[in-house]
Amino acid sequence: MADFTMPSLGADMDEGTLVEWLVGPGDDVTKGDVVAVVETAKSTIEVECFDSGTVGALLVDPGTTVPVGTRLAVIDTGSEPPAAVPAPAPAPAPAKQPAAPASEPQAAPGLTTTGSGDAVSTPLVRHLAERKGIDLSSVHGSGKGGRITRSDVEHAPADGPHRVKASPLARRLAQSSGIDLSALRGTGQGGTIRADDVRAAAAGPPAPAVESHAQARPSSATAAPAYPARAAIAALMSRANREIPHYYLSTKIDLAVAMAWMRDRNADRPVAERLVPAALLLKSVALAARQVPELNGYWKDEAFMPSDTVRLGVAVSLRGGGLVAPALADADTMSLPELMATLKGLVSRARGGRLRASETADPTLTVTNLGDQGVEAVFGMIYPPQVALVGLGRVIEQPVAVDGMLTVHPTVTATLSADHRASDGATGARFLTYIDRLLQRPEEL
Amino acid sequence: MSKRKAPSGTSRPTTYREALREGLREALLQDERVFLMGEDVGRYGGCFGVSLGLLEEFGPDRIRDTPLSESGFVGAGIGAALGGMRPVVEIMTVNFSLLALDQILNNAATLLHMSGGQLSVPVVIRMTTGAGRQLGAQHSHSLEGWYAHIPGIRVLAPATVDDARHMLAAALADPDPVLIFEHGSLYNAEGALDEAVDAVDLDTAAVRRAGTDVSVITYGGSLPKAMAAAETLAGEGISAEVVDLRALRPLDDATVMASVGRTHRAVIVDEAWRSGSLAAEISSRITEQAFYELDAPVQRVCSAEVPIPYARQLEEAALPQPATIVDAVRRTVS
Repeated sequence: MADFTMPSLGADMDEGTLVEWLVGPGDDVTKGDVVAVVETAKSTIEVECFDSGTVGALLVDPGTTVPVGTRLAVIDTGSEPPAAVPAPAPAPAPAKQPAAPASEPQAAPGLTTTGSGDAVSTPLVRHLAERKGIDLSSVHGSGKGGRITRSDVEHAPADGPHRVKASPLARRLAQSSGIDLSALRGTGQGGTIRADDVRAAAAGPPAPAVESHAQARPSSATAAPAYPARAAIAALMSRANREIPHYYLSTKIDLAVAMAWMRDRNADRPVAERLVPAALLLKSVALAARQVPELNGYWKDEAFMPSDTVRLGVAVSLRGGGLVAPALADADTMSLPELMATLKGLVSRARGGRLRASETADPTLTVTNLGDQGVEAVFGMIYPPQVALVGLGRVIEQPVAVDGMLTVHPTVTATLSADHRASDGATGARFLTYIDRLLQRPEEL
Repeated sequence: MSKRKAPSGTSRPTTYREALREGLREALLQDERVFLMGEDVGRYGGCFGVSLGLLEEFGPDRIRDTPLSESGFVGAGIGAALGGMRPVVEIMTVNFSLLALDQILNNAATLLHMSGGQLSVPVVIRMTTGAGRQLGAQHSHSLEGWYAHIPGIRVLAPATVDDARHMLAAALADPDPVLIFEHGSLYNAEGALDEAVDAVDLDTAAVRRAGTDVSVITYGGSLPKAMAAAETLAGEGISAEVVDLRALRPLDDATVMASVGRTHRAVIVDEAWRSGSLAAEISSRITEQAFYELDAPVQRVCSAEVPIPYARQLEEAALPQPATIVDAVRRTVS
């Protein structure tokens, strides 16, 4: 017997709202299956279970907010039964109604709809799809009521990404400017993404939609936070500013070698396998974090606790406002193509509000990359309990002195915000210098 | 009608009909081998008045009335061309040219190939095409796209007075068969003939109006409609580029693709029936050659797939019109 409890999905989380059960009593589950959807102040998370067995009683109803650690269900793992425990009392009624889950049609019990479409599937099917890298919204369900069956998934082509409706020109522009089409809203016929939508995204904040397609925006004349996550971010950042003595370092890195290497490498590869500069930058940050462990870990109980793995947080701005920083686990040991693929999935899941619990566990070091917003340098705020944050700006062509001559190279400004309780400037300098050195030998990343 | 290049300052008003007649006169004057034959080209002055006065000027040897026998006189024209003459054969309308299709396809278009390059057929065949004049189904169809399907011939569609005036000379200079399609609705159209132009090429399409938002690709009798539509669209802030194909075979892909490369959208206007039309061919070429330039599906404005009606309102409803072109453009830019 094992307990399935409300997980802690972040250092600042003390309670969560159960939004949806994806399994019912009697269902067989395997370790790693997504069994429930939980909403935190930050986002909606799919929670995996850590045991294999048969689901027993569900102890908490959807819509209930309970403290972290509360038993949500019992899983019969075939071992001895646990001591009888009364069902948990719900947490004190929350002052505010939990936000409604991302609007999804109610499916039959034990079924769920995927975040991106209206495909109906069972947890088993979702698990299989997950393993095969198939987007269920693109699978035709042959079962009753359009339900996606196991064989539908087994026969689905595993060519991955969800099909976005975009014009050929829009696709070409998105590819050349490294923009993720799935994150855009199309203004063309039937929501098709057009060249202008891509240009608008490339130019920075989304331009207002074309008049004839403009959707009425709800006016928010209330004093409440613009969206639930805002309050959580506000609390966390206030704490960071109050408690952490930051110091800041900045250095300009010459990317001529790295960009040339990347271009050569991309030239003979299909689009899906090409790298973007962010992949090289993140990999070098991860390797530097391993090299300079004083910046990779947590400040807890008045002491620094280094981490023996690198979980690189990637700050992702959400379309509705706010940000999340899901983690790239073992970013330092991943190959560049793996890192690229993981990053793509992470960003689109973060924006779709469907991060997995394993992705929201606290990073050991976070990177904020505002290059695509057009800024040259960003000096960020550390996410407690981490002790450092790396800021990456835009890759820009700049005059540089090389061998006593003036030339123009692509450069990026890398910054470090670090916790002065855990490290000193010299350590931070070593870290940034190491990143620079790695980027001069891109073939070794 | 707009012209291929900026007026040189010396232009004079003329009509499409008069421009064609001037071209014929010039050809008859310059080359003894040139003669005109067809139904009613002599005493009657041409079904549409193109050859009016030429019989009086050049005599019955060079302006020859023929019986109603398209296969016969087109065949005679091909024979004359093989025999060293430079015949200009007029067929009353493209509908009747089907009687001569065997001669055009099986003889004119193939002899060079079947003789191992020994026999060129320098015949020029002119005919009227198109609808819009309440002449009923047997006089109103647009079948030039069928001819544009045939390898071995050149197919032209003059839409401006300059092209009407000068295409004939270029066609006569071509050693192979050339078909010239004159849209019936254009004969009375007036335009300024640029006197600085003394020759036109037969290989390139022309941008008749520059624009940035959409390429409207058309030819012949639909050009004035496309120009009118572009004018209406300009009032709505939509900048339409109008491309006149001029030659339907061989097609000038480069000009079309360059235009689509600038505007990223295409609307093709073709008075033929939609299925299997020249518009379909151009749409295919655009997707083959300029796919990654497209920001919207290619649109086609063609005639309804019915025998062209006689009743005025029905005929108008069956054909491409400025308003339907405007609608198609709006669909593609919205």
